[in-house]
Amino acid sequence: MAGQVLDRANVDAVLNDLDEYAVEEALRIVEANSPTKEAGEASGHSITLISMGPERATEAIRKGLSMGADNAILISDASLAGSDALATSLVLSEVIKKGNYDLVLCGTESTDARMSVVPAMIAERLSWGQLTFAGKVKVDLAASSVEIERVTEFGNQVMSAKFPAVLSVIEKINEPRYPSFKGIMAAKKKTITTMSLADTGLAASNVGASAAWSAVKDALPRPARGAGVKFTDDGHGGEKLVEFLVEKRLA
Amino acid sequence: MSTVIFLVDHNGGKVAKATGELATFAKTIGESVAVVFAANPAEIVTQLNNFPVDKVITVSGEWEKNGPAAVAEGVAQIIAAKKPAAFLITSTASGKEIAGRVAVKTGSGIITDAIGVDKNLITTQSVFGGSTTVHAAVTTGVPIITLRANSIEPVAATSTPTIEEFAATISDSAKLSTITSATPVVKSGRPDLTEAAIVVSGGRGTNGDFKPVEALADALGAAVGASRAATDAGWYPHSHQVGQTGKTVSPQLYVAAGISGAIQHRAGMQTSKTIVAINKDPEAPILELADFAVVGDLFNVLPQATARIIARKG
Repeated sequence: MAGQVLDRANVDAVLNDLDEYAVEEALRIVEANSPTKEAGEASGHSITLISMGPERATEAIRKGLSMGADNAILISDASLAGSDALATSLVLSEVIKKGNYDLVLCGTESTDARMSVVPAMIAERLSWGQLTFAGKVKVDLAASSVEIERVTEFGNQVMSAKFPAVLSVIEKINEPRYPSFKGIMAAKKKTITTMSLADTGLAASNVGASAAWSAVKDALPRPARGAGVKFTDDGHGGEKLVEFLVEKRLA
Repeated sequence: MSTVIFLVDHNGGKVAKATGELATFAKTIGESVAVVFAANPAEIVTQLNNFPVDKVITVSGEWEKNGPAAVAEGVAQIIAAKKPAAFLITSTASGKEIAGRVAVKTGSGIITDAIGVDKNLITTQSVFGGSTTVHAAVTTGVPIITLRANSIEPVAATSTPTIEEFAATISDSAKLSTITSATPVVKSGRPDLTEAAIVVSGGRGTNGDFKPVEALADALGAAVGASRAATDAGWYPHSHQVGQTGKTVSPQLYVAAGISGAIQHRAGMQTSKTIVAINKDPEAPILELADFAVVGDLFNVLPQATARIIARKG
């Protein structure tokens, strides 16, 4: 069977650190489940990077392709600027629907917007299983199922789902590889398909800042912290520290 | 009066402290309505009497088995039936995922990681590593707002809420992923990092010896945190990492020992009410952020402070 794996590179021009873990995990899934032990056509699987962002995001995509992904889709449209998590998940879901993927892997958080809700929203929109915050991923191709170790504040859970499923991986799940020279050369020949918003089947009224369902009233720089007290330890540093805490009623 | 519904976060039969904060926010807006999803809601409900809660909606069943997808479905059914002015949930990993799914299901806007919400449902968020304060509001649907722990001092109350059982159903599409086993975090006896009023963190300067950090934490009744340098070196578990790629904390007091204060770390602790730093390097960026800084060796300063605190209590 053709196990297809898909990744979402980030909107950043630099492939987001956290999404490199997703690319790496996708490569490992393919390598573990292919006779050639390598990604690429011969493995019978393919990895598609999907990224929503400006044209300059191609640089980030090239990195993912250099690591070993097979091809990429870049959704680029001026009307997408300012899209919130709801709109982002909507666009990505529409693009995913057009493919024939078994698994979607995402990073846990983008470093620019701390909204770790996009993977959950994609799972909701597609009605796929949601396996998020994975610290370990195990794919059973014969059973068309995937099992993860979900890492949360309250401990770890083993969670499983049948294909298709949406996964997000935490940092630390693996050590992302550096693109090899061979990988970088091969990436130059790989296809990046550019899609406009119209290609996704969505209207401009669905996305972008004007379609956001929340609005910023104001954004103010936080008042600078007052200059604190700096004490150079003369053998009484610990005592001075406690004096400060007592004064502040913190000890 | 407007009704505000919030989700009760509980684990191992115990209600999280941050749920008291949600109740406090809800009560400042209007009628405070708690929602409990549990196999046995009764043991959870009694714990809510200490919070400002007007009403409790209980939903019994095997909700935990299918993770955020199932709870989100139940919450969406309650929102459809009760039409609240807003839905509040704690900003944990699962809380945000439930919120995201509820937003999609109910066609509502969502605001995550707020540190406050006022009676007009205007939220406050601290962004860009705490350097900017943003006020925002949801403009479509029922505002879905996730609130960080330690955002407000929970109001203590003696409530006798009315209790309503709600029959929510779980569809097949919410059962697509299943939790087959769970390993709870080994409790250290110290408070939970993201809930603690005081956090004492150690970094590269500990050289792998966290004993003085833990001793001070215990004297202060604090949680122990660690910088990325310390967790990457394997000196302390990753679950204790404070920073952009770890936990975000906002305690009353944050003590940074042997931590230089890289932007990544500051992003995770910058909104702490009071910051104390101990560092050998007088140029360490963390010292500029500190309300009180000691330039010195943490192996001298921490034990002396710990002994002094224990002596004061004695």
